[in-house]
Amino acid sequence: MSAASTSTAPTSSSSEALPTAEQHGIKEHSDGRFGFVPVQTRSARFKSFEPADFAAVTGREAVWKLSPVGKFTDLTAGELDGSNYDFDTTPHADVDVSWVDRTDARVGTAGAPEERAAANAWSSFGQALAITVSGEEAKEITLTRATLGSVPRAAHTIIEAKPFSQAVVILQNIGDARISENVEIIVGESANLTVVTLQEWNADAVQLANHFATIGRDARLKHVVVSLGGSIVRVNPSVILAGPGSDTELFGLYFADAGQHLEQQVYVNHDAPNTRSRVNYKGALQGAGARTVWIGDVLIGNTAPGTDSYEQNRNLVLTEGTRADSIPNLEIETGDILGAGHASATGRFDDEQLFYLQSRGIGEIEARRLVVRGFLSEIVQHIGSAPLEERLQGAIENELRGTEGN
Amino acid sequence: MSVLEIKDLHVSVETDQGTKQILRGVDLIINEGEIHAIMGPNGSGKSTLAYTIAGHPKYHVDSGSILLDGAEVLTMTVDERARAGLFLAMQYPVEIPGVTVTNFLRTAKTAIDGEAPAIRTWIKDVRESMVKLRMDKSFAERNVNEGFSGGEKKRNEILQLELLKPKFAVLDETDSGLDVDALKIVSEGVNRAKENTGLGLLLITHYTRILRYIKPDFVHVFVDGRIAEQGGPELADRLEDEGYDRFLTETPVG
Repeated sequence: MSAASTSTAPTSSSSEALPTAEQHGIKEHSDGRFGFVPVQTRSARFKSFEPADFAAVTGREAVWKLSPVGKFTDLTAGELDGSNYDFDTTPHADVDVSWVDRTDARVGTAGAPEERAAANAWSSFGQALAITVSGEEAKEITLTRATLGSVPRAAHTIIEAKPFSQAVVILQNIGDARISENVEIIVGESANLTVVTLQEWNADAVQLANHFATIGRDARLKHVVVSLGGSIVRVNPSVILAGPGSDTELFGLYFADAGQHLEQQVYVNHDAPNTRSRVNYKGALQGAGARTVWIGDVLIGNTAPGTDSYEQNRNLVLTEGTRADSIPNLEIETGDILGAGHASATGRFDDEQLFYLQSRGIGEIEARRLVVRGFLSEIVQHIGSAPLEERLQGAIENELRGTEGN
Repeated sequence: MSVLEIKDLHVSVETDQGTKQILRGVDLIINEGEIHAIMGPNGSGKSTLAYTIAGHPKYHVDSGSILLDGAEVLTMTVDERARAGLFLAMQYPVEIPGVTVTNFLRTAKTAIDGEAPAIRTWIKDVRESMVKLRMDKSFAERNVNEGFSGGEKKRNEILQLELLKPKFAVLDETDSGLDVDALKIVSEGVNRAKENTGLGLLLITHYTRILRYIKPDFVHVFVDGRIAEQGGPELADRLEDEGYDRFLTETPVG
């Protein structure tokens, strides 16, 4: 019963309404054979800004158990370069991009590290790069990092959408990198923010990123993770629906080639009434050793009556020798919700679809392309930036061309 | 004039219970411009014949041949068969998520013709065919068969038949699951395609209902993997009255 105390997780004054440990299933299974105790409530997971508060990473931890931890000990345990780096951005009058000190009031307001690499980055960064959005008109900015280099480094980014503001912020990552970083996303009341993070790194790059978002009253965050390039790319978005009526849509698209490890641990915390979340991640895998991980945690606290939530993950396996992990978790602490559901499916290429297209004269290669493009384009179509959508369709085409050599 | 010849075709499938022989020596000759109806009870192998002609990988040809104007179809890939002029309107068309009808039709037309269709006439052709099949404009931007009703899927098959202009088309139970209005619309589409291109048709059906709207030149009765009887349209009328009982009693069960 060691985990029983975690049932006090959500901040609420009506403690008698809190579910009991038994309701959570936080007790040993009655068959008793394995002494197995289910994991604690998601929101009660240990957090700290100090790397020393976390034990050395072994790969057995819940957050690391599906990651190749031996390949980035420099990021979890080593010293990180936290200096400022070069970036390119498209200037806009209502979007301020500047370096701010660690003492900036926004630092630490959207979340806190739950593992050692994130804490290491947090304690190592010198200044944070702050992207501050104001103005009610729609606008789009792209921030490109192309020259991070292969020295292990830390970074901290703040993206703040002021109340009632609106923007699409695209973070483009190319070139070499070995980086552990935290991104805080603060969406003010009634703001409408889209954050797209594109991982198109060089083949050797390693990135461990945590995105922490907090969404205010009646505000919206659309968050899109697109991971195509890099050796190990782990982007974990955590979103707190903190204000009543807040809404988030989390999309992901990944395409793992031979030897690539692409991971995303998604966490949505419904912590206010009448909040809505949709999570939809889709991935394709091709080539020996292509590996993807998707973990989707949704917590509907007893502070969140009227929640409407759905999460899903779909993986399309294109060749032999790949592995896709897909783990949806749903915790519900209130009976008063509109809906909560999850779905996960990992499947091979559908031979009946292939037959249908071929029976219309379309060659096998073209038919496969159509099906994969179609599978992934559901995510691309949601991004909401026409030039980016077009460019990503092209990037998917390039990935697909890789299959045809096999 | 084109001709499709099926000679002594034997086909089996792998099942959990082992190999199961389904077609046991089918002979059939279809000339361009002819309509042949293949009728028969469930499980007689009608659909197997359709999918074998199209080249579905599930069906193994044990012996026999299928010739299109003298060329062996059985050695062709599925897409080569389509490009050679064969078309299968499927009983259960699959959904292709993320691929719009417009994109699909253009890709198929380009593959069949070996070049992209002239954009203006193509758009006009697609639009006209859709209007005639009473398909709403919005279909063009929907994903192929995704969320389509049974009748919409069948119309989408006939739309492809009209636009891809094959030499021979196999319609696999195109009438199943259609109400009378949809059946008329679909039948009109088939008749229009035949009028415009003079294609040969192999109409596979369990019921005689569709034969009121698409008049067959020949009727073949399929029982236990081979043709048990053939004749003109009058045979269909007799089946309408008598059903398949007189064929089934001649066939040992199992």
